[in-house]
Amino acid sequence: MVQAAVQSANSVDQSDDRPWVGRSIERVEDAALLSGGGRFIDDLGVAPGTLHATILRSPHAHADILSIDVEAAKRLAGVAAVLTGEDVKAVTTTLVVGVKAPVECWPIAMDRVRYVGEPVAVVVATDRARAEDAAELINVEYRPRGAVVDPLSALVSGVPVLHDGFPGNLASERAFRYGDPEKAFAEAPHRFSIDIRYPRNSCTPIETYGVVASHDAGEDAYEVLANFQGPFSIHTVIARALKVPGNRLRLRTPPDSGGSFGVKQGVFPYIVLIAAAARVTGKPVKWIEDRLEHLTASVSATNRATTLSAAVAADGKILALDWDQVEDCGAHLRAPEPATLYRMHGNMTGAYDVRHVKIRNRVVVTNKTPTGLNRGFGGPQVYFALERLVQRIAISLGLDPLDVITRNLIDAGTFPYRTATGALLDSGNYQEAVARAVAQGRLAELKARRDEARAQGRLYGIGFTAVVEPSVSNMGYITTVLTAAERRKAGPKNGAQATATVGLDPVGSVTVHVASVPQGQGHRTVLSQVVADVFGLQPKDIRVNTEIDTAKDAWSIASGNYASRFAAAVAGTAKLAAERVAGRLARIAASQLNVEAADIVFAKGFVASKHNPENRIAFSRVAALSHWSPGSLPDDAGQTIRETVFWTPPELTPPDEDDRINSSLCHGFIFDFCGVEIDRTTLETRIDRYVTMHDCGTILHPGMVNGQIRGGFAQALGAALYEEYAYAEDGSFLTGTLADYLLPTTTEVPEPEIFHMETPSPFTPLGAKGVGEGNCMSTPVCLANAVADALGVADITLPLVPARLAELVRGDEPPPPAGGATTAPVREGDRRLRGEGQASVKGAPEQVWAMLLDPATLQSVIPGCQRVDKITDTHFGADVTLGIGPVSGRYRADVELFDLDPPRAVTLRGGATGALGFGNAEGRITLAPDGNGGTKLAYSYDAAIGGKVASIGGRLLDGATRVIIGQFFTALARKAGGGGAAGGGFSLFALLAKVASLFGGRR
Amino acid sequence: MTRLKADARHSVRFSLNGKLVEGEAEPRMLLSDFLRHQLGATGTHVGCEHGVCGACTIIVDGMLTRSCLTLAAQVEGCELRTVEGLAPSADRLGVLQQAFRRNHALQCGFCTAGILMSLDHYLAGNPTPTEAEIRDLLSGHICRCTGYTPIIQAALEAAAELASSKKETSDA
Amino acid sequence: MKPPAFDYLRAESIGDVLDGLAQQGGDARVLAGGQSLMAMLNMRLAKPKLLIDIMRLEELRKIQRKGDTVIIGAGVRQADLLAWPDLVDALPLVALALPWVGHMQTRSRGTICGSLAHADPSAEMPLTLVALGGEVLLRNAKRRRRVAAKDFFAGMMLTARSDDELIEGISLPVIKGSRAAFREVARRHGDFAIVACAAMKTSTGVRLAVGGVADVPTARDWPRLEGSALDDALNAFAYELGARDDVHATARYRRDLVRMIGRDLIGEVLQ
Ligand SMILES: Cc1cc2nc3c(=O)[nH]c(=O)nc-3n(C[C@@H](O)[C@H](O)[C@H](O)COP(=O)(O)OP(=O)(O)OC[C@H]3O[C@@H](n4cnc5c(N)ncnc54)[C@H](O)[C@@H]3O)c2cc1C
Ligand code: FES
Ligand code: FES
Repeated sequence: MVQAAVQSANSVDQSDDRPWVGRSIERVEDAALLSGGGRFIDDLGVAPGTLHATILRSPHAHADILSIDVEAAKRLAGVAAVLTGEDVKAVTTTLVVGVKAPVECWPIAMDRVRYVGEPVAVVVATDRARAEDAAELINVEYRPRGAVVDPLSALVSGVPVLHDGFPGNLASERAFRYGDPEKAFAEAPHRFSIDIRYPRNSCTPIETYGVVASHDAGEDAYEVLANFQGPFSIHTVIARALKVPGNRLRLRTPPDSGGSFGVKQGVFPYIVLIAAAARVTGKPVKWIEDRLEHLTASVSATNRATTLSAAVAADGKILALDWDQVEDCGAHLRAPEPATLYRMHGNMTGAYDVRHVKIRNRVVVTNKTPTGLNRGFGGPQVYFALERLVQRIAISLGLDPLDVITRNLIDAGTFPYRTATGALLDSGNYQEAVARAVAQGRLAELKARRDEARAQGRLYGIGFTAVVEPSVSNMGYITTVLTAAERRKAGPKNGAQATATVGLDPVGSVTVHVASVPQGQGHRTVLSQVVADVFGLQPKDIRVNTEIDTAKDAWSIASGNYASRFAAAVAGTAKLAAERVAGRLARIAASQLNVEAADIVFAKGFVASKHNPENRIAFSRVAALSHWSPGSLPDDAGQTIRETVFWTPPELTPPDEDDRINSSLCHGFIFDFCGVEIDRTTLETRIDRYVTMHDCGTILHPGMVNGQIRGGFAQALGAALYEEYAYAEDGSFLTGTLADYLLPTTTEVPEPEIFHMETPSPFTPLGAKGVGEGNCMSTPVCLANAVADALGVADITLPLVPARLAELVRGDEPPPPAGGATTAPVREGDRRLRGEGQASVKGAPEQVWAMLLDPATLQSVIPGCQRVDKITDTHFGADVTLGIGPVSGRYRADVELFDLDPPRAVTLRGGATGALGFGNAEGRITLAPDGNGGTKLAYSYDAAIGGKVASIGGRLLDGATRVIIGQFFTALARKAGGGGAAGGGFSLFALLAKVASLFGGRR
Repeated sequence: MTRLKADARHSVRFSLNGKLVEGEAEPRMLLSDFLRHQLGATGTHVGCEHGVCGACTIIVDGMLTRSCLTLAAQVEGCELRTVEGLAPSADRLGVLQQAFRRNHALQCGFCTAGILMSLDHYLAGNPTPTEAEIRDLLSGHICRCTGYTPIIQAALEAAAELASSKKETSDA
Repeated sequence: MKPPAFDYLRAESIGDVLDGLAQQGGDARVLAGGQSLMAMLNMRLAKPKLLIDIMRLEELRKIQRKGDTVIIGAGVRQADLLAWPDLVDALPLVALALPWVGHMQTRSRGTICGSLAHADPSAEMPLTLVALGGEVLLRNAKRRRRVAAKDFFAGMMLTARSDDELIEGISLPVIKGSRAAFREVARRHGDFAIVACAAMKTSTGVRLAVGGVADVPTARDWPRLEGSALDDALNAFAYELGARDDVHATARYRRDLVRMIGRDLIGEVLQ
């Protein structure tokens, strides 16, 4: 299977006359990357004396910061500075927020934390380990607030509010209307609706963020090296936050970047933070994000709650759509959000011809990590709703889902097609693509497989999806979030300036520079093909540089690597630049060869006359002339040393008065179908066959196009089956390691069957369209449709965690045996730990009672307790240094006693905080005489633990808690009985430390 | 018995790709950091520092080793092999590396060094692996770019090529 | 994610190890394969003052078959045991379970005893030790003792080992003519088990051991049961294990797996 699929990408035909574009040549990038010679940000040397930063982060989802004590941290040898919010505020200003509202957005918490992982302090030291040592000495006092994590709950009145500047937690609301949706709904024979919760996930590149920043105090100028990916509109956001004009922020990128998929756009708040640290210390400062930081607090894709309704004719034709989307952007609306919601605005009808559309868009903030760019960017959320609904329409009307898809597809004769919401779909033949996929992907045979499997009682299903993949974003689409009046006031925003520079040196060799910031997509190779074709050279003759330096290079706000813009926009612009140079070279050559410029061709390293190929001159000779003998150039030729071209497609206009927006330039088409089987025992979803048909216009490099498809497919499979940034109801983050945030590996990812059709885009120089994101949009819903088909169920929530299917597939569980153990039902997301137990104690209840209330006894049973402060008779504070098992940490605890009923019962309530997290608990203890002079002690408790331990050791938390609480009472019993055994204290600090000790090793 | 004190740097010596190297490290310094930042062997990458992603995988005394889960002090006197030692010469790639390039088995290249080391080690002892065996081996690595298939294809091709070239030499 | 500071002791004799443990007690940690401990250090969940590296001690590297037992030393890596030629014959259950421990790249360094010391409730080696009824060989500066598998695991990642004790090795019985079966369900290949089951034919019937559900791996012996009697026994066992929910699975799903896989495996070993 693998064999056949890869073969086609490999056959490199070297026959010379074919153009280089369209061939799968080997990549120029690879030799270095394969032998350890990559130059990623952490591989590059830094200036001597460069300091290293670490970031102390919030363990709380929502809390006020009462105080931060950094003295001990500052005193540690090797520590240069500790910056808190106040210090950062002194040298920066807030990041701009994407909607009009009086809210601020700082890269570090000021007086309140709003998500687990929010930066609270930056420690700068001679090396990273020392900085981390110091971070542990910082004492932050928090006052927790209630947290809100669900986007719909965030809108309910009375829930905790994150920002005073937003009404409730609503950051933006807009309603749109296209055509006459009310009429269409009123007249349609059917109306179908679907409610969707699209989960949070992220494309998690294997290389994390990195920033090296320095500040020149004399000129008040910053120099930053970061593995940022663009868009460079963010450069203005950073410069503004650092309070310098753009020309005093020199932003560079390293030659190599270890994947991004959008995610590395999110490094920008850290650029501000590290630049501020450089300014405060007067030294270069380097920060390499670690994996725990990345998972907890880099960026995630948005999660979204959507209600989508369709007005439908009897034959399945969709007459109108009504979208109600609630977008969850996390704790802050960071630039360019709420772009995820608006990126698809022109494409809300997908691949379908639907003229009447209603949209209500709301953006909410919740106590979760802020969102940002992620491959697919809004597409997965939209298509999950749309394509699930299409399947539901088919099932409800008793139609074949594929028939409903084809019935609604935009007609091939109508391109370029203007969608109801404003997109101009450039080209395509969707019916043909579907027909070819059905034939080449052997749908009939797949259906037979399904029938056979079902006949054997197996759970087998087939899913379909059709998707339009937008690429090359209009820089103005985000302004659709503003009303037409607000837009008029703000001035127009639109276009997508791409840049490329082609240079010739004194020996006539060719250099290309673009501002495309690749993260593994092989831009250097493709550009060498494109430019080689123009000059009649070989790719190896062209040297391409894709690093960016905002102080020296041509760039625009649209520069960067996002929205699949490379092939369509950047490569095309490079072609235009090369052609411009070639035009001049042709004039020079024409004068030297005594022919007309129109008679000139570039081929095989020569510039020659078409009519008389013998009449020719070496390319390098002509190319070098501008350097050596500008005087001998024909007057009209101009220089040929260097040419920079800027290109922006005229089709990308700003939103019109009626909010129609052509949000992207190109629109590829994808049609997927797949067969899946659900294992009856494990309930795992196994992909039997996955067929994906792509029309991405002209293919520049088949190997790389397939690489993008496979990579996107693997990430989408992760989103569908494994990956979720999970939060508990209290805002604790639960998937903080790669052992809990599950990325698919070789044993989970099958090979998709990839097919192509090429309908060139009339709007791009090379006819190419983007291809990088499509499967992230199509695959999750295609798999969900197949699973819905297999199980015959209406509601599917991603990721398809097998355990969640148990009720659907098996119905009620067999009950426990009579008299056996029972299990309390637990609400999902409720992470409070509850338990109970009992112990027998030798002393009488009065004696035990006295012990419980006695600080001295408490001190003696709490291991490592330095001091118990009796605040009142029933209120204690304690400082504890704990070394249980391998863990030692400092904790501060506070315990109060309530409802005292001496000597029968008491309630304890308290909390503790330390470097590894925090906990709070309430416990009720009852004492009763056992009839033999002793006491029967019974206890029940209800505890919650958050912070670092919750995010990296969730799986084992409650078992450990029970063990430790049990241990305390055993110890207390022994103490009362004179046994004197040391055990854990009933102390959250003991509990925390113990729990913490248990998790580190999990993989 | 050797006891290295926490707050001091100690000399660490070992053989790296056949050459003796030496540097200084505190006991807590990870081997991945030592290789990269003390010795400048930056071809070994770090993606998670908790043993899951596989980017940092190298070979120590013939054992596949996560260098992020190893202390520099632990490899005193050992023989280490890293991606920098794979190519037969500076301007030529080895069979496995070539197969990767041919098959587009890498995109960003960040995960690649670890994967190459696992394959290099495995193919030496298992010259005729099946696809399932390669998938099992490589399940200890995460690649976020390629979707894996080209990597598996490259591994199978390299194995076949290595086996046939071995056969040729033994026939000769 | 850099470890806190600690002293590093490269032990050259068992005496070095035991002295180190005696002196530093709970502040010392044995460093074996490092596949759990180092991750814990990188996350700063553990803060020992001293690490004692035992991997240069030849005497701990042995796998010895003595009559009806196999002794596996603390320095034996998971990959070493997998490569031991007698494994399938002497310890068929281990041969089935060991490939499920992590990945090739972690088994090459991780040790058998390190996995037992770590006592993750989902780990395969503790389950195997309990299923086979093996013993843990503990030693401190003063004495040696043997602890039976069922007494060794005290809770999630808690064991009967005291701070000053080294696990010198384990002893596993060679059970003649016993048929063994093993199955595991994890989210992905190589992950810790959501549920792992091992079954063995015994002289009186069958034994089923389950990992990943209770705080410790748990074994249960039954006479030959069939039909609804077996279903009832499995159902009761599944509930007794006290399964809980986490991000990867629900308690109900775990009980389902115990019931379904338990039944399959028992069928397999009894057929
Ligand atoms: C990616 C990944 C996946 C994994 N998947 C699994 C899995 O599926 N199943 C599984 O079971 N494990 C898994 N593990 C963990 C497993 O690989 C470890 O090998 C094992 O848990 C510990 O063995 P070690 O030799 O590495 O011990 P170390 O990490 O060195 O030590 C672990 C603990 O045991 C103590 N210790 C070790 N040896 C002794 C001794 N002789 N005497 C006293 N104390 C000792 C240490 O002090 C430490 O506290 C995984 C690990 C990784 C990195
Ligand atoms: S960095 Fe070592 S395994 Fe990820
Ligand atoms: S090539 Fe980028 S992670 Fe593998």
